[in-house]
Amino acid sequence: MASITTTASVETAKALLAGNGRPDQTALDFATRLRRARLGIIVALTAVVMIFVSYSSAYVVRQGLPTLDPRTGTLVRDWLPLQLPNFLLVNTLVLLISTLTMELARRQAFRAAVATGKESSPAQSIDTDGMPWLALTAILGLSFLAGQWLVWRELAASGFYVSTSPSSSFFYLLTGMHGIHLFGGIIALLAAGAASILRKSAASRAVVLDATAWYWHFMTVLWVYILCLLEFAR
Amino acid sequence: MATGEFAAHAVHAHAAPTSWIRKYVFSLDHKVIGIQYFFLALTAVFVGMFLSLLMRIHLIWPAAALPLLGEIKPETYLTLLTMHGTIMVFFVLTTAPQGGFGNYFLPIQIGAPDMAFPVLNMLSFWVTALAFFVMIAAFFVVGGAPLHGWTGYPPLSALPSAGPGEGLGADLWVISIALFCLGALMSALNFITTTLDMRARGMTLMRMPLTCWAWFITAILGLLAFGVLLSAGILLLLDRNAGTSFFVPLVTINGQLTGHKGGSPLLWQHLFWFFGHPEVYIAILPAMGLCSQLLSVFSRKPIFGYKAMVYAMLSIGFLGFMVWGHHMFMSGMSPYTAFAFSVMTMAIGVPSAIKTFNWLGTIWRGHIRFTSPMLFALGFVSLFISGGISGPFLAQPVLDIPLHDTYFVVGHFHLIMGVASIFGIFGATYYWFPKMFGRMMSEGMARWHFFITLIGTYAIFMPMHYLGMAGHLRRYSQLTELNYLHGLVPLQTFMTYAAFITIAGQFIFLFNLFWSMKFGKKAADNPWEATTLEWTTATPPPHDNFGGHIPVVYNGPYEYSVPGAPRDFVMQTDPATVKAH
Repeated sequence: MASITTTASVETAKALLAGNGRPDQTALDFATRLRRARLGIIVALTAVVMIFVSYSSAYVVRQGLPTLDPRTGTLVRDWLPLQLPNFLLVNTLVLLISTLTMELARRQAFRAAVATGKESSPAQSIDTDGMPWLALTAILGLSFLAGQWLVWRELAASGFYVSTSPSSSFFYLLTGMHGIHLFGGIIALLAAGAASILRKSAASRAVVLDATAWYWHFMTVLWVYILCLLEFAR
Repeated sequence: MATGEFAAHAVHAHAAPTSWIRKYVFSLDHKVIGIQYFFLALTAVFVGMFLSLLMRIHLIWPAAALPLLGEIKPETYLTLLTMHGTIMVFFVLTTAPQGGFGNYFLPIQIGAPDMAFPVLNMLSFWVTALAFFVMIAAFFVVGGAPLHGWTGYPPLSALPSAGPGEGLGADLWVISIALFCLGALMSALNFITTTLDMRARGMTLMRMPLTCWAWFITAILGLLAFGVLLSAGILLLLDRNAGTSFFVPLVTINGQLTGHKGGSPLLWQHLFWFFGHPEVYIAILPAMGLCSQLLSVFSRKPIFGYKAMVYAMLSIGFLGFMVWGHHMFMSGMSPYTAFAFSVMTMAIGVPSAIKTFNWLGTIWRGHIRFTSPMLFALGFVSLFISGGISGPFLAQPVLDIPLHDTYFVVGHFHLIMGVASIFGIFGATYYWFPKMFGRMMSEGMARWHFFITLIGTYAIFMPMHYLGMAGHLRRYSQLTELNYLHGLVPLQTFMTYAAFITIAGQFIFLFNLFWSMKFGKKAADNPWEATTLEWTTATPPPHDNFGGHIPVVYNGPYEYSVPGAPRDFVMQTDPATVKAH
């Protein structure tokens, strides 16, 4: 199993670096589809990186800006440091576990795809192996989002709304944008889970799960980055 | 995109769609999507042109009551220029060359049966179309369309009470831009993956036509730039609707505090121009690639310095991300920072000059065929030079201080970004129309169109440089109440008459386009005797582009007048490989 993933990535790299076109485009074998999906997800994640790069720079710039107090006519700081709710650590743990179950789901799907051959095969041959991991990942993902919602509620209860201070604006912004992106990953998981209902082959499911796994792992790393930004650049 | 990819293969491996809706509306075929983008841009360009006509009329006859519209008020003038700029930049200059011709011809030119992710491709078009409808809807809501300019500077753009049109109209404007960014990102993802992964056997990167290189680099720029604009747009929406203060400082409107404080309008400018400057190259790079293609084909000569052209485009794209500050010299920027941005900006003159000299080298002593696409390619080079040469002027902070926000800037960017790109689009239309619609466009009408447009646009935009040097600021809706502008009114009048004629000329193009679809001469498979892959397939190309097989490529894209060859061009698929010469 591991050898297949490695072979595919080595082949991807070789093909891209050599600058040679692909031999046959019409018969989309498993390796081709996998390579294309991975390339696509990497490019897509580049765009996501740019979004969060701009927010990070806006965060740092906005943090350093004073504002005019109209009563005294002096420049004051309006950035109120946020005490991050401890519950965020629970959420982080949930997301870290989900990235493990995601990886397990991905490996199971690969095993199923290899067992049914590299060619696309009829839908009924889809193995239900890996489905529990997939379902668990989706549930953990949804729990993470629910946990973030609780954190928002807690912040609001302590008087920090979206517009209270730039620090709270950025908190809601960064967690919200990350949540929206993670929700996209959950949709992709559901699509992979519905593969047999949608009459897709085991190979199709493996390709979708592989791309989603890359995306999911990235979302975990991104979350850890956001948490560090919020904690250490208060 | 994981789901898009998922569905894509299942559909594309199958036969061509038969139902009308799947074939022409929600089509997965990159060729149909390309034509959809083209017609979206065509609609947008006529809307944008009509708005500019109203502006020109208002400048000369400020009190004139127009049929249906009545008198144009100063704030309406600002609305017109905002919507003109936004529609032209996003829905014409970004949409037509990349979404339109790129979608149609990138897969064919690299020998692929379709884009990498066809469902995503369809989605990106419909999101872009939705963005256009939302943008147009801004005209019809309470307060009308926004008046904050296409750059949308806060606090004007962030405060609903800042003026008419800044309420719901401005919200729709921001939402439309955000949707457009989403569409552009999906499209860029498709272009990059397709170029890297779907080239036919033998189509090495350095055998790609320069058009493909241009689309590829443009897609990379789009991928990096539109995400930044999207995030800035989201911040602006929050400032407008959630009471945050990312961009809005402590301001009062009519003596009332707005409730915002501490935000930075400059933050928006940085984010906007980090997108905004690469956007200029997103608009012009496809036209550069196309111009290279056309000059080579119609001079019957290989492109001069193929590799230099590729590296020049790459370095223009790279440098394009480091010069956004030159739009902000007047924002209180430190002179040292301004100096760095200035040097970077002028450095772009080097790859630009390489490209220009290579174009001249390509046509030098060629057997030139003055067809309509060739005329537009030559027009592009002319506009690229005359519009580009004022760039190094504006790149210098010392000169930018008096020229900033004057008509000099308007003249500069209209010539190079606006009209030069449009000439690329026209050239592409005349060149590829036979392949897309199976008939030739009328050469006679095309020539009239070319000369009217070339002379007309120079007549409109050249005088703007003089206006700017005379201190005429842009965005002024009336000239009558400012004494120092009186002497410039005759020039403005001349420009308005030139605009009438130029706009009339565009209807020749429109008529030619639709007339030729029905009554044009039947086109052969390779009417221009060009070498690239789109001319090896049927006209119009079948659903899978090459009719059940994938071509194999043996040659570079510009093998013209090869010594010893039987004809004066060698197709890329010709197995008699051409030795380097």
